[in-house]
Amino acid sequence: MAEEKEKKEKLADPVASSIDVATQEMIRRAQQLGIETAFDRGEKLKPCNIGTQGICCKNCAMGPCRLPLTKGVDPLNDDRRSICGATPNTIAARNFIRMIAAGASAHSDHGRCVAEVFMSAARKESDAYFIKDTQKLLDVAPHLGVATTVEVDGQVKDRDLDEIALEVAEKALGEWGKMEGELLYLKRAPEPRYEIWKKLGVLPRNIDREVVEIMHRTHVGVDQDYKNLMKQGTRCALADGWGGSMLATDLQDILFGTPYPLQSEANLGIMKEDHVNIIIHGHEPVLSEIIVQVAQGQEMIDYAKSKGAKGIQLGGICCTANEILQRHGVPLAGTYLQQELAIITGACEAMVVDIQCVWQALANVARCFHTKLITTHPIARMEEDNVIHIEFDEHHALEDAKKIVKMAIDNFQNRDKNKVLIPKHKNPVIAGFGVESIEYHLGGTFRGSYFTLNDNIINGRIRGIGGVVGCNNIRVRHNEAHITVVKELIKNDVIVLTTGCNAIACGMEGLLTPETAQVYCGPGLAEVCETVGIPPVLHLGSCVDNSRILLAATEVVRAGGLGKDLSDLPAAGSAPEWMSEKAISIGHYFVASGVYTVFGVTLPVEGAPVFKNYLFNEMEKLYGGMWDLVPDPIEHARKMIAHIDKKRKALGIDKARERVLLDMADRQKLDAA
Amino acid sequence: MSKLVAFAAIQGAYNMVAKAEGQLKKTLASKDAATKVEFPNTAYYLPVIYSLLGIPVKTIEDLRKPLAIAKKLLPPHVKRVNHLPYLGPLLDAGMAALFASEITEGLRYVNDPDFYVPGEEVDPSSGKIWLGAADDTIMRKRGVEFVDGSAPGFAAIVGAAPDVETAKLIVEDYQKKNLYIFLAANQSGTTVAEQLIEGGVQIGWNTRIVPFGPDISSAIFALGFANRAAMAFGGLQPGDYKRILKYNKDRVFAFVNALGEVNAEWAAAAAGCVNWGFPTIADTDIPEILPTGICTYEHVVANVPHSEMVQKSIEVRGLKVTVTHIDIPLSYGPAFEGERVRKDDLYCQFGGKVQCTELVKMAEMSEIEDGKVTVVGPDLADIKEGASNPLGIFVQVAGREFQTDFEPIIERQIHHLTNYIQGVMHIGQRDIAWIRVAKQAVEKGFSLAHIGKVLHGKFHQDFTKIIDKVQVTLFTNKADVDKLTAQARAEYKTRDERVDKMTDETVDIFYSCTLCQSFAPTHVCTVSPERTGLCGAYNWMDCKASFEINPTGPNQPIEKGECLDSKYGQFKGVNEFVYKASRGAIKSYNFYSLVHSPMTTCGCCEAIAAVLPLCNGVMTVHRDYTGDTPSGMKFTTLAGQMGGGAQSSGFVGHSKYNVTQRKFLAGDGGLLRMVWMPKSLKEEIKDRLVRRGKELGVPDLIDKIADETVGTTEEEVLAFLQKVGHPALSMPPILE
Repeated sequence: MAEEKEKKEKLADPVASSIDVATQEMIRRAQQLGIETAFDRGEKLKPCNIGTQGICCKNCAMGPCRLPLTKGVDPLNDDRRSICGATPNTIAARNFIRMIAAGASAHSDHGRCVAEVFMSAARKESDAYFIKDTQKLLDVAPHLGVATTVEVDGQVKDRDLDEIALEVAEKALGEWGKMEGELLYLKRAPEPRYEIWKKLGVLPRNIDREVVEIMHRTHVGVDQDYKNLMKQGTRCALADGWGGSMLATDLQDILFGTPYPLQSEANLGIMKEDHVNIIIHGHEPVLSEIIVQVAQGQEMIDYAKSKGAKGIQLGGICCTANEILQRHGVPLAGTYLQQELAIITGACEAMVVDIQCVWQALANVARCFHTKLITTHPIARMEEDNVIHIEFDEHHALEDAKKIVKMAIDNFQNRDKNKVLIPKHKNPVIAGFGVESIEYHLGGTFRGSYFTLNDNIINGRIRGIGGVVGCNNIRVRHNEAHITVVKELIKNDVIVLTTGCNAIACGMEGLLTPETAQVYCGPGLAEVCETVGIPPVLHLGSCVDNSRILLAATEVVRAGGLGKDLSDLPAAGSAPEWMSEKAISIGHYFVASGVYTVFGVTLPVEGAPVFKNYLFNEMEKLYGGMWDLVPDPIEHARKMIAHIDKKRKALGIDKARERVLLDMADRQKLDAA
Repeated sequence: MSKLVAFAAIQGAYNMVAKAEGQLKKTLASKDAATKVEFPNTAYYLPVIYSLLGIPVKTIEDLRKPLAIAKKLLPPHVKRVNHLPYLGPLLDAGMAALFASEITEGLRYVNDPDFYVPGEEVDPSSGKIWLGAADDTIMRKRGVEFVDGSAPGFAAIVGAAPDVETAKLIVEDYQKKNLYIFLAANQSGTTVAEQLIEGGVQIGWNTRIVPFGPDISSAIFALGFANRAAMAFGGLQPGDYKRILKYNKDRVFAFVNALGEVNAEWAAAAAGCVNWGFPTIADTDIPEILPTGICTYEHVVANVPHSEMVQKSIEVRGLKVTVTHIDIPLSYGPAFEGERVRKDDLYCQFGGKVQCTELVKMAEMSEIEDGKVTVVGPDLADIKEGASNPLGIFVQVAGREFQTDFEPIIERQIHHLTNYIQGVMHIGQRDIAWIRVAKQAVEKGFSLAHIGKVLHGKFHQDFTKIIDKVQVTLFTNKADVDKLTAQARAEYKTRDERVDKMTDETVDIFYSCTLCQSFAPTHVCTVSPERTGLCGAYNWMDCKASFEINPTGPNQPIEKGECLDSKYGQFKGVNEFVYKASRGAIKSYNFYSLVHSPMTTCGCCEAIAAVLPLCNGVMTVHRDYTGDTPSGMKFTTLAGQMGGGAQSSGFVGHSKYNVTQRKFLAGDGGLLRMVWMPKSLKEEIKDRLVRRGKELGVPDLIDKIADETVGTTEEEVLAFLQKVGHPALSMPPILE
């Protein structure tokens, strides 16, 4: 019976589902074993046509009201209204900023958790967390208004580091709920950008409040002007990018170390048949850092050996993967869409998850194997009885981590060798680029400066900067849009900064190696990559680390020659395979920061053309950045390039640069050094 | 390709740091750790280490710290595949190699003190051809040429050319373009310095060809020179590496020429130079680094043919050198200014024991013919080898904007303009001029008329705004020369009296001088009739002429305005100007005081005066004097502390000429306060000093001023002053 039913059901075509061979192999393997994956469900369950358009309102019990844009609607006399009279614009805008609220909450709650751990480290209450990167602490402190020096008897002296850490912790935590003022990090943006925000009245006050206000404004019968709704959407998104996310990145760097380039590997092939494989999945590095520390310790390695394994292999999925990669070189097991597949290898002793992007489907897949699925976060649990919950808190971090690792090792002997199939595929990656390390690598200890990058943008070797980020989405072939967009950009001499699952996809495809430059890049970018010794695609970390892209772009503005504001830069943003509400928040803080931001797949705005036009065109007049939707990846990249060229022209660097020879009179005109 | 450079350079850096470490260990084993390490006569310790790291190395022991930093800078080796980024590490490795080089050279001065010849000149006959570190006197003197633009930059050549002719070709081309040529390292034992000597080229600081040393480590002296200039003239602080390196990138137009095979150590040194923004241009097929950023344009350019080396190099560095061609059979340019005509090379001379006179006179436009050069009497072809012959150079100039006030200024140019001719040496001025002509010059067809051609061409070029016509007559008969001399002496007398009568009170306009702002961006000089520019190069009249010639140039008129303090010499208009020009750093200054808000000082000053409180007087020291002074500081230390536009009470920079001007420190008691100056300075300004002493009623003042033969401590000086009854002792306390 069961067989008969299976035959009737439509299964995913592995090759059509992913461009990645390892993924294709594992989809096939799952189908052999009769295990359903998201790829199969994607065939069966199609997205809701009305929801896709963004015009379904279910904010009260009079509805849900659905106002699809059909051929019958006259664009000049669009009289679609909900029960309460809300226009499609109001509905789409409300839905849109609720997505921003959800996304901003996710990043910011992550940030809050890090800030709390930071506080316990600053108070020296934890045996697992310490202030590791004191230089970064000193760099960050002034931005939070924390003094790093003190005056003693008229002499300026360095302030006690513990004292600084404590005040940084207090100030940082205050950002979530302070009673007055505005977010402190906003002033890290170029001054003209800050002035635009101020003029438009979108300076966030505190992180939590902006989310709450969205929920209020989108309640039935409150804000019914899409422009005013988007204003709050902007305020909330900025509270994410220049608030919660940025604080998360900074405090994580102080606690766990600022990333510097290192070598590792990516894809499911990093799992080892003769090792205990522990896959860490989710987003916060708070837990994973300690698991890495414990799993790499001799005690646990010996214990694993005593259980017949050769050692412990850690691997990451989603942004946790990026976090432990950039700081410890722990390899990437795969992207968001590969989470089930890691278990289907049959060689995963434990999958440890925390928050965000973790599928409930994992519980079902884990049941088919010996894999222990361990949830660790109090706010993220699963109903299935095979899921183990080990709640992790910063005061017992080491203890908890040991318990988890030990549980995985003990599980090694339960592995069914007949069910093990690990794909061979993996590729080397160079990761660990950040604002600081990029600066260093552009000139070393003595001359490190973003000016080197700017100079090569000005002279045209590099055409511009592309930030390509975001998730996977079952509605497009896994990784295809990611890789196609990135390759098209670098082919046209656009250097790519990547985070999140795009970063993992690029790693799996081998694009994060310096050797890639000679194969895929245009001649100018290839030459610069060769000079600096970098890949043309720079891995900047996890999705909260999109804040690194904001700050890197700010450094580019500061280094001079490319305008005065982020919106002047020859740059564009992209999320080719986005799916989560976090992506909408990220997309919008990039737009509000002046960046042309193109999404792939779809955007829930099609049902409200006026609102769509507001996002795609009117926004540019306000912020210098705007939204766009281009599902075709080649066209997607080309529109980014066209925008970059537009900015180059505005900067007057669209023509070949002349070689200016200076004589003494020219030199005398130079500004004071 | 850059990967190969990185790979090699990092290897090279490891070698050089290991070598320096070995040398340090060995030296520490054989010598006391407190043994002094220094480059002689400099106030900048080991200058690259001091300027970039802020570490003053004084003893062997002190070398441990920079060595440790160099070791820490050494990056991991570059992996063959999937390597980490290497540009930053490459530049760090280069820097480590350079720190190691400086340590190596510092130890060489300890272990082999006679290896380098001190001073500006080499001695090929005894095989002493390596000059090592430039002392501060040279650095300041030559540094000024970088400041005022007479030297646009320097070419650091490492290795050796394939043959003597090629070496000459390249180096002489740089000379013609006014660049300094710094030589270091060898190619299989051959060096450019030796090739030039073999080719009969004079080398040494005076011809701008400086043989630093035979090893790659001696290239560090070029960078030390550049960084000292940044500190001395740019007013940058030691340890402020970002700004010092940026200053070099923007303002010191230097580059490296690598001649011959580039080994790992050269690659390391070249990578180090990139930190300065100095690119490498090589004649061999090494990997190129063309993208820009750290340097203004390319970083490494390879395979450049020798015939294009010079042109390519200055282009890569982004330098514009304008050389006007002067139609004479000899090379011409500032690089030949310091060249000597020695006894063995001498064909004949004018002046010395016989009369040689120069005079520039204004003429009516209709009176003279532009470009006419006449030699009256025998020319070189008719003068016997070894002869001394009289000479009169009479230059007549005309121009609608010309004034008789400009005559002495134009006349003063004859000295260096004649000296710029290769194979011709000019000494002195006015009626004590002396010209020596080398055999090589005569062989190439040089004639006295060519001096006329040079003056005609250069006057037109440099003074185009005020000069329309130039006519030159050269007399070589005694009678004519004597007649010209008599006329000239009458002229000189009139001129001197005119200048003498000019006072600060009789003019309403002073002049600013920002000539050195290309190097010292915050310093502003103000020049009045009774306070000439502290560099000694510009007096009030020069500034006036300069303004006429170039109304938007570095000399701008300042309405001196209301006199706020006649004793100390403070003027409202000047204060306002200085406040603006110093970007608010300086609110006011006094012309005639070093105790109260003295004028700011730049690194170019000729002399520095300092209060000696115990003696109730002041001392002054000029930059050629390298010894100790009673202030407890040598000239170079004084200049180092107050150069770069600082205003420091108790000290002031001034020109040597200023010492005998009437307003010199008038607010503090004037010249009668002068209790000490180096003997050589006393000699130099003797006549005027005696005259000024008489004016002040102390005819034997010169004898009452102590010098280094009396002592270099305040106590010794005081004892002397008491013995001779120096007037300063009975004056009111200098520090009220």
